[in-house]
Parts: sequence; C-alpha cells; structure tokens
Amino acid sequence: MEQPNLSYIESMSGGDRAFEQKLINIIQKEFPEEKAVYFNNVNARNYQKAAENVHKLKHKISILGLVKSYEVAVDFENNLLNGNTNCREDFEVILQNMTDFLKTL
Amino acid sequence: MNCIIIDDEVTARAIISQLCDGISSLTALEEFPNAIQAIKYLNQNEADLIFLDIHMPDFTGFDFIETLSNPPKIILTTSDPNFAIQAFEYDCIVDYLVKPITRERFQKAIQKAEATSTNGIAKSINRESVELASGNDLYVNIDRRLIKIDIPSIYLVEAKGDYILIKTEEKNYTVHSTLKNIEKKLPDTIFLKVHRSYIINVSKIIDIEDNSVLIKKDVIPVSRSNRSELMKRLNLL
Repeated sequence: MEQPNLSYIESMSGGDRAFEQKLINIIQKEFPEEKAVYFNNVNARNYQKAAENVHKLKHKISILGLVKSYEVAVDFENNLLNGNTNCREDFEVILQNMTDFLKTL
Repeated sequence: MNCIIIDDEVTARAIISQLCDGISSLTALEEFPNAIQAIKYLNQNEADLIFLDIHMPDFTGFDFIETLSNPPKIILTTSDPNFAIQAFEYDCIVDYLVKPITRERFQKAIQKAEATSTNGIAKSINRESVELASGNDLYVNIDRRLIKIDIPSIYLVEAKGDYILIKTEEKNYTVHSTLKNIEKKLPDTIFLKVHRSYIINVSKIIDIEDNSVLIKKDVIPVSRSNRSELMKRLNLL
C-alpha cells in the first residue's frame, strides 16, 4: 500500500526546517478535525457536505505524497456529489493510513 | 509585485506564502481565509496580484472575481482541474495552478504574471447598493452606474455578511446591501425567503428534498418556519 511521506513538504521548504515543522503542525492539528467533520457528515448521509470535506482532505492527501490515494479521493468526492458512497471504504483506509503516519512525526 | 492570498485552507496559505518568500520580486501582503475578508481589505488597499482559491465555502473564487470592477492579475489555485475552461473567460486570470503546487510551476506562474501588462489594480470593488425596482427590472448602483437586472432572471439571493449575492441566469452580482432591503424590491408572487440567508425564485426550483431545495446547482436550506409557506406556493399534485 502507498505510504505517506514528507517528500512534497521537503521540496517546498528548500531546507527550511522551521517551515517543514510549521506545515506538519498545521496538518496534525487540522487533519483530525476535518476527519471528524467528514465522518459526521457521511454517517448522517449529508453527502454534499461530506464531498466538501473530502475536497478539503484531498489537499492534505497530496501534501503527504499520496498520489494514488489522491485519485481515490477524487473519485469518492465525485461519487458523493452524485449521492453515492462508492469508494468510501478505500477512502477511509487512506484516512487511517494518514492518521497512523502523523502519529509518527 | 505585491500580492494577497485567498484560500480557506491554512496549509494552502502557508505553502503559497512560503513560495512567495522564495521570490525576491514578490511580497505577500496579507492572507485571507475567505473572499469576504479580502473584499473588505481591497476596499482600502491595493494589490498587484491575487492568489485565489476557487473552491471555498459560501463564496467561490469566481464569485469573488465578479465583485472586482477593475481586477488585478489573478492566479487561480485549486485542487480541481475542471475549472480551467471557466478560467479562460476572465482576462485578469494569468495562470491556473493545480494543487499540490510545485516550486517550478509556481515560478513559471510568476513569470507569466510579470510578463502580463498591468491592466488595473484592485482598487475599486463594486460599491453597489440596491436602488429601485421598476416593472421587471431591478437597478443596482455599481461604481455610480445604475445597472439593470432582469428580475425574473434572478434565481437566488444570498446574504454574505455586509453584502448580498444576486445570482441570475447570466451573471452574479455582489451588492452592498441586506436581504431585508432586496426582499422589499422583489415581487412576493415569485420570490420567497426560505431561510434567514436566502431568498429564492420559486419558479426556478428543480426539486425539494426534506429541508432543502435545489435551484440550478445550489442546494438551499429551508428553515422549518418557512417550509409551510413554500409548500403553499407549489402546485402540488
């Protein structure tokens, strides 16, 4: 399975460690909050709102270097906009993968 | 060039700000989490360039551009490449960056912006107000000009803080006014306030589900107190 990594963040920082840490801190703070809002909405079958949440989470997926997972998120967002939850399981595995990775930082 | 950054995501703003720091000719003046705050800032200040996220809740990047009567150069930033075609409709948009933005692609966008002639600075945000309604027309004051809006073409009016967003079949207008003010100008035979933030054109409803209505692509909440009035207006089978 594709693993999260810091290659994108490092390419952005140009060696600026303070910036890398700042970005990691932002993600560590925001990701659990955004994930919780997503779960609330998807469990309440509020699929339009859940699609907005996935849209926001997508950027964090890409920041953590998850190229294939990003495509899953794109498909899932579109599915939610069309009122169905296909790809939900795959998407939530990605969220767990990210959660585990962020704990190691 | 002086620039501002408009994006609802903290991570996106941090990345763009970092990229700006790496370019000596570029100074990031301010960052805004939404378009409304940026509009207020641009009422008092100028910028040469705006990094603008398209997909923001309540007020999209395109809604924001519509409020600028003399927009500066704009670089769109988005996770969704599907908006590229729409972006070409605006002369002020000099480039379109898909997230995650790379350093190389960012530098190329800045080169494009620098090569593009200055076609105006965001100084004059549309200072609009609802003026008067005459027959089928509603006039709004835009930079001391009265602009006519065909009332039946309005399908939605949304409260946006100190502004209202009037959506029509052809164009959107951001007006410095209140929902209460425009409600008085719209015929109550067609229009109905369904929520404290929304007035809809009932004839434009596509469908109704539980406590929301679909108009065009907008899903509008209907408050419990207004639902019965809405149902009375419908020609139910």
